[in-house]
Amino acid sequence: MLKHKNTLMVVAFSAAIFSCPFFLNAYWIDVINNVGMYAILALSLNFIVGYTGLFHMGHAAFFAVGAYTAAILNTSYSIPILLLLPVSGAAAALFAYLVARPIIHLRGDYLLIVTIAIVEVVRIALVNNVFGLTGGSNGIFGISRPEIFGFSIRRPHEFFYYIWSFLAVSVFLFHMLEKSRFVRALNYIKNDETAAEGSGVDVAYYKLIAFVLGAFWAGMVGNIFASKMTLISPQSFNFWESVILFVIVILGGSGSIRGVILGAFLIVGLPELFRQFAGARMLIFGAAMVAMMVFRPQGFLPPLPRKYPTHKIKPGDETL
Amino acid sequence: MEFFFEQLINGLAVGGIYALIALGYTMVYGVMRLINFAHGDLFTIGSYLGMTILASYAVAEYLGPFIGVLVLIMMVMILVGIIGVILERVAYRPVRQADRLSAVVSALGASIFFSNLVMLIWGPRFRVYPDDILPRITLNILGLDVPLLRILVLATSLMLMAILYFFVQKTKTGTAIRAVAIDHGASRLMGINVNRIISLVFLIGPSLGGAAGVMIGLYYGQVNFTMGWSYGLKAFIAAVLGGIGNIPGAMLGGLLLGVIEALGAAFISTAWKDGIAFIVLILILIFRPAGLLGERIADKV
Amino acid sequence: MTLLGIRNLTKKFGGLMAVNDVSFDVEQGKIVGLIGPNGAGKTTVFNLITGNYIPDHGEIIFNGRDLAGLKTHKIVSLGIARTFQTIRLFKNLSVLENVLAGCHCRMRSGIFSSMFRLPSQRREEKLALGRALKELEFVGLKEHMNLKSMNLSYGNQRLLEIARALASSPSLIVLDEPAGGMNDYETQRLVGLIEKMQARGLTVLLIEHDMNLVMRICEHIVVLEHGALIAQGSAREITADSRVIEAYLGIDDEED
Repeated sequence: MLKHKNTLMVVAFSAAIFSCPFFLNAYWIDVINNVGMYAILALSLNFIVGYTGLFHMGHAAFFAVGAYTAAILNTSYSIPILLLLPVSGAAAALFAYLVARPIIHLRGDYLLIVTIAIVEVVRIALVNNVFGLTGGSNGIFGISRPEIFGFSIRRPHEFFYYIWSFLAVSVFLFHMLEKSRFVRALNYIKNDETAAEGSGVDVAYYKLIAFVLGAFWAGMVGNIFASKMTLISPQSFNFWESVILFVIVILGGSGSIRGVILGAFLIVGLPELFRQFAGARMLIFGAAMVAMMVFRPQGFLPPLPRKYPTHKIKPGDETL
Repeated sequence: MEFFFEQLINGLAVGGIYALIALGYTMVYGVMRLINFAHGDLFTIGSYLGMTILASYAVAEYLGPFIGVLVLIMMVMILVGIIGVILERVAYRPVRQADRLSAVVSALGASIFFSNLVMLIWGPRFRVYPDDILPRITLNILGLDVPLLRILVLATSLMLMAILYFFVQKTKTGTAIRAVAIDHGASRLMGINVNRIISLVFLIGPSLGGAAGVMIGLYYGQVNFTMGWSYGLKAFIAAVLGGIGNIPGAMLGGLLLGVIEALGAAFISTAWKDGIAFIVLILILIFRPAGLLGERIADKV
Repeated sequence: MTLLGIRNLTKKFGGLMAVNDVSFDVEQGKIVGLIGPNGAGKTTVFNLITGNYIPDHGEIIFNGRDLAGLKTHKIVSLGIARTFQTIRLFKNLSVLENVLAGCHCRMRSGIFSSMFRLPSQRREEKLALGRALKELEFVGLKEHMNLKSMNLSYGNQRLLEIARALASSPSLIVLDEPAGGMNDYETQRLVGLIEKMQARGLTVLLIEHDMNLVMRICEHIVVLEHGALIAQGSAREITADSRVIEAYLGIDDEED
């Protein structure tokens, strides 16, 4: 019964979203596109913060590596940007592996602060035009649009389908993962690292994989971002981007896919409705964060308990 | 060589300010195991309050430059201290029993709130600090030309640190602060009012941050509503460098970071000046996570 | 046959000799008790065996292999499972998922096969689920499987830790004060459970302060005091040993 209801909710939500292009103008479609991109980014951060409980506030660094990889390879070697999607992901994943490895054992606040340091160092490196590749503070421009079967994705309405299909596929895959030993292992680590290791979970390995997988997705979104903007510069990847992603995950419901998507709507979409109060917007945002932690620390939509088909197991069945 | 010493003194002056801010982080972390992200913004508020008081109530005219600045700093310390106490009551006390993440997010929220409050009140642009209060004199010390301001900034922060150190080490209340830092439950059993001690820490820490805010304004002559973030972050790094929770560690870490930054910018690369602190942080966390003066604590299984 | 051989095991914390040159054997299929007054170093020995601490000196030979320096999860996969003195469950997860944690190291599915729900992954999940249910039934917690583990009674939480340990298919199970905080009735059930584990072919090494329990079920008892081994043997030998009597008499047996 519940399963039926959930499916219905997902169908209704998808129908509502995918009908947007028919009645929203380009401005609002662009807002929805941003919500979608932030949602995918926050879902990728959810692996690290939500499932594993690691205080990672440097996710913008992985996003940046993906975006710059796409931009550099596209503008210098004219490789089609869409083909670079997995390359952006892989570059970000490799970067995450290298930076996370030495710091993965750090606990709580220490990890938080070192991830902030990483995102700042990356931004400063980009501004300083490392290896002469990143274009300094002006960034890189002239990135080409994604092309699929000769059709070029340009307008917000076209990007809408690109971004939201990507989101839909990601949600589907992540939902599958939630029901596996992989996300379970991450949850064990979140609950009690020592007990997880003592039950046979390779804690250091799974933390690292959470980083690598999260970075892979963030890198791919970086690619989409680069092709959407056609121009990227260091200020798109500053620390506040990381904070926004972090807050989306926590306020939406850490470890919950639907919570994170709701979080993206609330934090990226909702402020657009109150643009006339632009000045006080962030003030209210800050106060709301405090209030939320005092009154509802688990977020708006915390994860539901997972269901297991225990009724399908018969007493005589073969077991592990 | 002269250049080296100039940069060294410059680094010590800025480092003294880092140290003052770092003390606020380290004291709060000591008693609550919380990174008070809003601390940097309290520093900014101190800076702007100092500016407003300077501009509106010509303290220096009545009291002369030196006493005037001291009175100004004390006024700002009291005001920012009160804001700190209110912050703890509203944003941190309710989440003290919840998990660590709630407190971190609450602190971030408070930080966003304060920095935007400053922006709404004083505007988003850089503001010029009234810099005519102290005489612009350069002293000649051992053949080096040192601006008086630098000496005063360094002396003031050293003095505040000395007072704090004496207070924490030698007084009964200071002992209570150290006890609470070790164990809330045991302190309570010894008759210490833990809540009151935490409030006290939120009075002292932010007030030192406020003092640092005034000094930064006087030192650089301009302030901005976002500066709390970068100074706060660097001061936090200073606290980690010295060993978080460790008061002498924060002092040492602050001075050391100021010097490393000044020398690094002068002799390695100016463009990477802001990156140096972060690289120091990453290295220290990899190789000596407990900091220079911190003790290693084994995990209890 | 010796399943676990401890040889000259030594661990210092600062100036404190927590474990000093301790050697003893755990025979395959036996129930072995590790006892001693507070601060004798029992839990430290456990933490050395399970890889939570690295020994300063000595060897821990399990099935002919030296465990010193291996990480805990590796030691679990080699066949040593443990419970904790201070209960360490995954509080926010269900009882069933707590037991599935034990199955983790016997499963192979990776991210890819999970994302696409490949048949191998689905089969493995089903096998693990079957195993978890079996262990829950074994310790008598099956009807609570959907509860959050933090909502179990204290005694049941200890049983859940045992089920989680059993799910990793260990050949040696290491129990740190399994009866701690249990009432008489629960302790009775625990005794039965430990005997059932032995009947399944498991070797049991346990720390316990309840001397009744130790004397009743342990076939071999090792006594530590101040980090050093002072006696070992059967229950009868231990109770007759003058040094053990000296170490224990007049000393209360509260938990550490």
